[in-house]
Amino acid sequence: MLSSVHNWLAYVDFAVEHSDRLLVATLEHIEIIAFAIAIAVPIGVGLGFLITFDDRLATAVIWLAGVMMTVPSIALFGLLIPYFGIGAPSVIVALVLYTQLPVIRNTYVGLNDVDPAALEAGEAMGMTRLQLLRRVQLPIALPVIMAGVRNAVVILIGIATIGAFIGAGGLGDLLFDGISYVRTEMIVVTTVILSLLALAVDYAFSISEQLFRLNNGEQVESSATMRLLQRVIS
Amino acid sequence: MSDFVEGLIYLVENSDEVLYHFRGHLELVVVAELAALAFAIPASILAVRHDRIKKVVLGLGNVGQTIPTLAILALALPLLGLGFWPSILGLWAYAILPIIVNTVKGIENVDEEMVEAARGMGMTDWEILRSIQLPLALPVIFAGVRTSIVLVIGTAYLAMFIGGPGLGVMVVGGIQAYDWAQVIAGAIPGALLAIGADLSLSRIERYLGGDGGIDDTTVAA
Repeated sequence: MLSSVHNWLAYVDFAVEHSDRLLVATLEHIEIIAFAIAIAVPIGVGLGFLITFDDRLATAVIWLAGVMMTVPSIALFGLLIPYFGIGAPSVIVALVLYTQLPVIRNTYVGLNDVDPAALEAGEAMGMTRLQLLRRVQLPIALPVIMAGVRNAVVILIGIATIGAFIGAGGLGDLLFDGISYVRTEMIVVTTVILSLLALAVDYAFSISEQLFRLNNGEQVESSATMRLLQRVIS
Repeated sequence: MSDFVEGLIYLVENSDEVLYHFRGHLELVVVAELAALAFAIPASILAVRHDRIKKVVLGLGNVGQTIPTLAILALALPLLGLGFWPSILGLWAYAILPIIVNTVKGIENVDEEMVEAARGMGMTDWEILRSIQLPLALPVIFAGVRTSIVLVIGTAYLAMFIGGPGLGVMVVGGIQAYDWAQVIAGAIPGALLAIGADLSLSRIERYLGGDGGIDDTTVAA
């Protein structure tokens, strides 16, 4: 019992002592992911939109994005390094590729699930194809697309750690150092930060997803947080 | 493109080396996956029967899947040291998560009325589990197993970092030595193994009545 209390303190000590390095690594990690997401989401949403016009193309593109996702990340880095070099660019390209399946598929599903009645109402009001997309389809599909981005970000947080091996930086650096020097505190503290990061992203996205749904006039399961947010907004 | 061609040439010329690491990779995957199946399915069947345990198990499963694969392997190091068995522990710990989550959810989602009807016919809990819940949950359970297998094939590449065998030895060693042909020769067999396993398992899943889609929260390693 005493020794476990002692261990717990060792982890806290480590986190306090190395708070600078942990903070820098966490920010680096977020930066890599934000960069990849900023590139990947427009591509994925664009592709998801394009394939709504052709069912066979849709099947093929979603299948390909799925195959992409099963390729192990270290193998993918290995295949990309000869072309993009050692460092962040190869990692970001890999992260962009891994983001495609959830984003493309959710965009496709979200756009396809729009109630035809809503589209006809828009047409009857004299909207053009582009206006329909911007003012009817996208707002309705947005929560579904957001759910895809949310899944993607959680995946990327994990894969980006492996990117540290080819010099992309981030929290993976601390994991690799922890392995090299067999420093348990370092591994445990970094793991906790990574997990908290993923949970925080997951939570933030699910809240904003619900807000978008509310905005569309959909029913949302009301939780304490949602009630609070609604009160703040109104 | 020339790097890729050089990689293919390396693959053919050093087929003994590639085969050796491929075999190491398969050993990791098979041992970890069998151990995961042996633990996860009975554990989730037990968990489903108690509401409180079920909630804890599902929560742990969902939170566990947010932990990066590299971190899980790193955590095995202080526990068991370097080598084959620490790698197995790390891979096993990650492999059980999708199986547990899917088994619990699959059994959960079986129509309550079916279970009631079976109970009305005088079936015991055990009989209901064996002849109603498990068969109906099978496609969902199998989807979890498939995710788990594909995930372990990818994660086994990282075993090298804690002294394990596998194709990671070629890729990581190649990156350290700037030998791109070796990197590509090590990357191709694992990528093909993961893609092949996923495609054939999704076919079986569809045969069992599932949709064979990809569960995108967990399959990337």
